[in-house]
Amino acid sequence: MLTIAPPLPLAGPADAPLAIAAVSGDVQRAVELLLYRQADALDTKRWPDFIDLFAPDGVYWMPALPGQTTGDGEPSIFYEDRDLMRIRMKRLGHPRAWSQKTEWATNHVVSNVIVERHDAASGAVACRARFHMMEFRRDAVRHFAGSYIHHLVRTADGYRIKLQRVDMVNGEGPYEYVLQAWV
Amino acid sequence: MTYGVNELRAMVEHDRVHRRVYTDPEIFEIEMERIFNRVWTYVGHESQVKKPGDYWTVQIGRQPMIMTRHDDGQVHVLYNRCPHRGNLLIGDRHGSVDKSIICSYHAWQFNCDGSPKAIPLAKGYDGTTLELGGPACHVKRAPRVANYRGFVFASLADSGPSLLDWLGDAKIAFDQMCDRAPDGEVEVVPICFRVVQQSNWKFFLDNQLDVAHAVVTHESTGRAATDVQDEVKGREGSAPFDYHFLSAFTMPLGTWDKMTTVNHPGGHSILEGYMRLRPQDPVSLDYEAAMKRRYGEARTNQILDTNIHHVICYPGLSIQPPLQQLRAIRPLAVDKTLTELWHFRLKGASDAIYRRALGYYNMVNSPSTMVNADDLWNFRKSHEGLASDGGEWVNYQRYLGQDEEQGRVLRTRMGTSEAPLRNYFTAWTDYMTAGN
Repeated sequence: MLTIAPPLPLAGPADAPLAIAAVSGDVQRAVELLLYRQADALDTKRWPDFIDLFAPDGVYWMPALPGQTTGDGEPSIFYEDRDLMRIRMKRLGHPRAWSQKTEWATNHVVSNVIVERHDAASGAVACRARFHMMEFRRDAVRHFAGSYIHHLVRTADGYRIKLQRVDMVNGEGPYEYVLQAWV
Repeated sequence: MTYGVNELRAMVEHDRVHRRVYTDPEIFEIEMERIFNRVWTYVGHESQVKKPGDYWTVQIGRQPMIMTRHDDGQVHVLYNRCPHRGNLLIGDRHGSVDKSIICSYHAWQFNCDGSPKAIPLAKGYDGTTLELGGPACHVKRAPRVANYRGFVFASLADSGPSLLDWLGDAKIAFDQMCDRAPDGEVEVVPICFRVVQQSNWKFFLDNQLDVAHAVVTHESTGRAATDVQDEVKGREGSAPFDYHFLSAFTMPLGTWDKMTTVNHPGGHSILEGYMRLRPQDPVSLDYEAAMKRRYGEARTNQILDTNIHHVICYPGLSIQPPLQQLRAIRPLAVDKTLTELWHFRLKGASDAIYRRALGYYNMVNSPSTMVNADDLWNFRKSHEGLASDGGEWVNYQRYLGQDEEQGRVLRTRMGTSEAPLRNYFTAWTDYMTAGN
């Protein structure tokens, strides 16, 4: 029972037809940099930086099924506001988070960044990208790949994430072990 | 080594079990044959196959099976194998056929009860022993199928106890799940999270009713959730109800000892007394009012005050009735086990009541779990530890001899008693040495 504000209307499920907004090179570049910063925060395990990229009412959402249009009242793999994100962060950093007692690392590559909607007045952006994440954990490699949809708001500090939707192509598959951090 | 009955019996003692029971592939093969091919295995909920033609695939023991709904509304459990040349009939996990199941190899067609509908090139069988429409043209059915309150089970054994006799008092798992619905039944949420543990199947069961591990294994999550819960309370006056699912792990060990495990014949075991989920917020009071309209005051209190956290239906099922969640255990290999995690809606209850338990499904039972992450890590380490020559036995002596015997049922006086393990391995020995 999350107490979070309803997310912005979605650009649609992951397989919705692509829209391409006419945006300046500056906007495109700023959006891409935000995605790269986010991927870097994950790969360097700087969890506070990852959370700080979200707006105060921002939500990180990984649907259970590709066709879902909201995580509100629906099963999700992740559906976290910043408070839930902070539980996850504090767990990861706890000295007795036992499953963290083995080396693990990830590498995110983010590409195909397309701004789908751009509200010139507010600066809000909806964009779509593709990612590939490789994880190495205790001698085993796993791959996760799929699409990100980011809804961004413009603030004095630059873009912040209002909603991030993560659809993994292998999201419905059996998980060999689980996902301890955001993807 | 070759395991005869005596060797198998020697694996389990009243206070310890030999490590090979967890790690030896030969024993795993015998378990498949003598346990998983005999017991009632949970196949799925009938609401997974709502209309005729719907199917859902499932593994029972080693066997690929299909749960189908036939034209007459009957649910069937079939071997997923074409009687012609053995091709799997269904290649995806679930779906719906239009009029018949068609084999993708030579277009043999079957009704959803497994009976043959059409066999192409029929003339080709003139003068052969194949009787068109005869038994050799039927998709083989699971020998026994039973449905209790919508929960479908199958057994690969031709004979044995009925489902209800087999469940015994563990039947309460399904009664509690359904009775908590104002309409008396549940409906599946058609999503199945699947997580593979890199360890023997038994570690899952050993852990489910082990209340002593909770404060140790889940300390990090319990502490993190408690910290944030306190902050949110300070900021907003109250914290979301479902934070408690995580913060409960900070309860002191003494509190866990006040819980009870009730250990029934057949290895079925129940954990009582954890997280009495009867909050008094407006949503819950509204639900209780709907329950009272349906069942009356006394019966409603009886249903909702039954404080069961887990019911283990040995060997492959764990049910959490107050949270409407179920985990099915499918052993894949001696060191590999699939868990399927399901959630159900209480029919006649509000959406808000469904949402109350959804947090548990998302935060504890989904692939992003902050709880099972540390359990699965323990299972893997346990399996690797038991594969070592550093010792031969697994000890389960805690509070041995101090549980309360009530006929064939053993109730613990201390929650941290290792009675559930002793109970599982009594059942294990019975299955593994019976009739041989």
